[in-house]
Amino acid sequence: MSYTEKDLKEDLDNKSYEFGFVTDIESEKAPVGLNEDIVRLISSKKNEPEWLLNYRLKAFEVWQTMKEPNWSHVEYEKPDFQNISYYAAPKKKKELKSLDEVDPELLKTMDKLGISIEEQKKLSGVAVDFVMDSVSVATSFKEKLGELGIIFCSFSEAVQNHPNLVQKYMGTVIPYTDNYYAALNSAVFSDGSFCYIPKGVRCPMELSTYFRINESGTGQFERTLLIADESSYVSYLEGCTAPQRDENQLHAAVVELISLDQAEIKYSTVQNWYPGDEKGVGGVYNFVTKRGICGYRSKISWTQVETGSAVTWKYPSCILKGDYSVGEFYSVAVTNNFQQADTGTKMIHVGKNTKSTIISKGISAGKSQNSYRGLVKIGKGAINARNFSQCDSLLMTDRCGAHTFPYIECENPSATVEHEATTSKIGEEQLFYCMQRGISEEKAISLIVNGYAKEVLNKLPMEFAVEAQKLLEISLEGSVG
Amino acid sequence: MKEVLIDIKDLECKIGDQKILKGLNLKVNKGEIHAIMGPNGSGKSTLSSLLAGNDNYEITNGSIFFEGEDITDLSPEERSWKGVFLAFQYPIEIPGVSNINFLRTALNEKNKFFGKDPIPAKDFLKMVSEKSALVGLDNKLKNRSVNEGFSGGEKKRNEIFQMAMLNPKLSILDETDSGLDIDALKIVAGGVNKLKSNENATIVITHYQRLLDYIVPDFVHVLHDGKIVKTGDKNLALELEKKGYDWLKINSLN
Repeated sequence: MSYTEKDLKEDLDNKSYEFGFVTDIESEKAPVGLNEDIVRLISSKKNEPEWLLNYRLKAFEVWQTMKEPNWSHVEYEKPDFQNISYYAAPKKKKELKSLDEVDPELLKTMDKLGISIEEQKKLSGVAVDFVMDSVSVATSFKEKLGELGIIFCSFSEAVQNHPNLVQKYMGTVIPYTDNYYAALNSAVFSDGSFCYIPKGVRCPMELSTYFRINESGTGQFERTLLIADESSYVSYLEGCTAPQRDENQLHAAVVELISLDQAEIKYSTVQNWYPGDEKGVGGVYNFVTKRGICGYRSKISWTQVETGSAVTWKYPSCILKGDYSVGEFYSVAVTNNFQQADTGTKMIHVGKNTKSTIISKGISAGKSQNSYRGLVKIGKGAINARNFSQCDSLLMTDRCGAHTFPYIECENPSATVEHEATTSKIGEEQLFYCMQRGISEEKAISLIVNGYAKEVLNKLPMEFAVEAQKLLEISLEGSVG
Repeated sequence: MKEVLIDIKDLECKIGDQKILKGLNLKVNKGEIHAIMGPNGSGKSTLSSLLAGNDNYEITNGSIFFEGEDITDLSPEERSWKGVFLAFQYPIEIPGVSNINFLRTALNEKNKFFGKDPIPAKDFLKMVSEKSALVGLDNKLKNRSVNEGFSGGEKKRNEIFQMAMLNPKLSILDETDSGLDIDALKIVAGGVNKLKSNENATIVITHYQRLLDYIVPDFVHVLHDGKIVKTGDKNLALELEKKGYDWLKINSLN
């Protein structure tokens, strides 16, 4: 018997979100709602120094005067900020020294994700800083990294142990006045990751953090600060999956990268927050601010594979301040069902001979909307700046949308700015060709899509690339119509 | 007694309101080469698509038996696994997917269908070098994206290379000669001839007699207005070359 459209539909309806499960861990929660007392509570829970409390309070003050932005090409019900709990920490029983002491429930969660720390350690030499809800629970390889002077820990730990570094760099790339969600994050951020690579050190392993929203109804406000000191190198991986939920969850992270003179940061993300069901119910709101600044001859490379979230609003950007600095942005964004994504990058050329590359691959399926929004800005002093942008869109159905909003502001006549864009629909002919060769439709779609996204997937570290390919497959199953 | 490979009975189909095949009968035995010729719009390409399972057409009557099994309702991939291969008139480009990866996926899907393990990398690569030599496929094309940026001749060679790799029972060559110069034509035809055995069969669809100098058919059929109106041996092709199709059109009206 052949596989009919009806079978396909049934399979799809029965296919629940692959990573949709909830870990049962006791957690300590702040009361619902947001006011100055909550901000103070978070800060005192975390035993923060006064300057940080003041930073939060100023951010909160500013946030109250701001309006939620509505210029992006997405529609959603605005979150009720008074109906969110701003702090949830797994109840800590004692300090953890090794994995054996980690809650078995947690280890099970990681097993389900196929990314158990044990395995990661053995297979790939990845040090994993696992963020469960807001507090880091397990950090491995710390000692080995410590020998090189590399600091890789939770943000809270960094505040306690390396306050000078945190104070010096936090908010220098993304000030709390930057935008509505960055201000909110600055006021109520719970935890996140901190990383410092000393001068001249090449980090010998991929640093990796797995984020995960766990506690029902808690917005997650991560904060990541990554500093690569002069002539250092680091490759940082961030990946996430989230349990299935009916209500919308808010995720408003801030990621700041500082790449000092001749340093290089490679930052890779696989984002797979819960996208909502096939009717568009539930799913994560992903409103993220990510930005890095480059010194002389330094480089920042953002690579992202975005398959999750109901609504995504995200523009990892580079400020190319130093002469000869390089910014790169490689992105694959997949939307299915009723997902909406408005994502892209900003490349701000300030220094001379700065160079940026943007490769964006959008894939839209179902009734989803997928937008690329990018800004290339060449400042007055950016002599001989160069940019190349390529924005491709692939449509899987005739009910979805793909949009491109490229902005170019050029104030220096010696600059070269190139922009290419294509839109194509996955071809019935391509599918038939594959099927004639014995490749089933599902497999053919994943083959074609992976081929389309290859340029970007190739930029990911090996083990991540495999995971990302799998994600593309899961996200697009049965999506041609 | 020859074994029947494919038996097409009273096949009728339409696309939209337009009838294309109007009661086509064709029987091909193992070990045979059949050529199908006919003027533009007679239904040649429709027939090849239909045999491969393209569902753009609606079958309104008749059936297709493959090794005794009714495959009229089978999906394209199932037909492929059972041994039907179509060399496309216009091979499709798949950017970013290497030829090698494409074929390995195809072979492993077939193995999966027959409950066999995936082919080991070593065996696969050995097979690739053997089969590509058969059609003189340039080494560098194997790692390039499927058909992307290939010349017309390279695309056709690649089709025959894929055919060699998949080792089908029935190969349908849809205007494989179009766009080929005489040297490329000889190489492609040479490949097809080397793959010929008593266990498989070939249907060659072509406009021109020229290809049949190199792939010599046992039977030549003339397709006109959705039906086979005349069948003969290879000499029929020569006759058509001389006289054109008009004399047959008149015959079929009577």
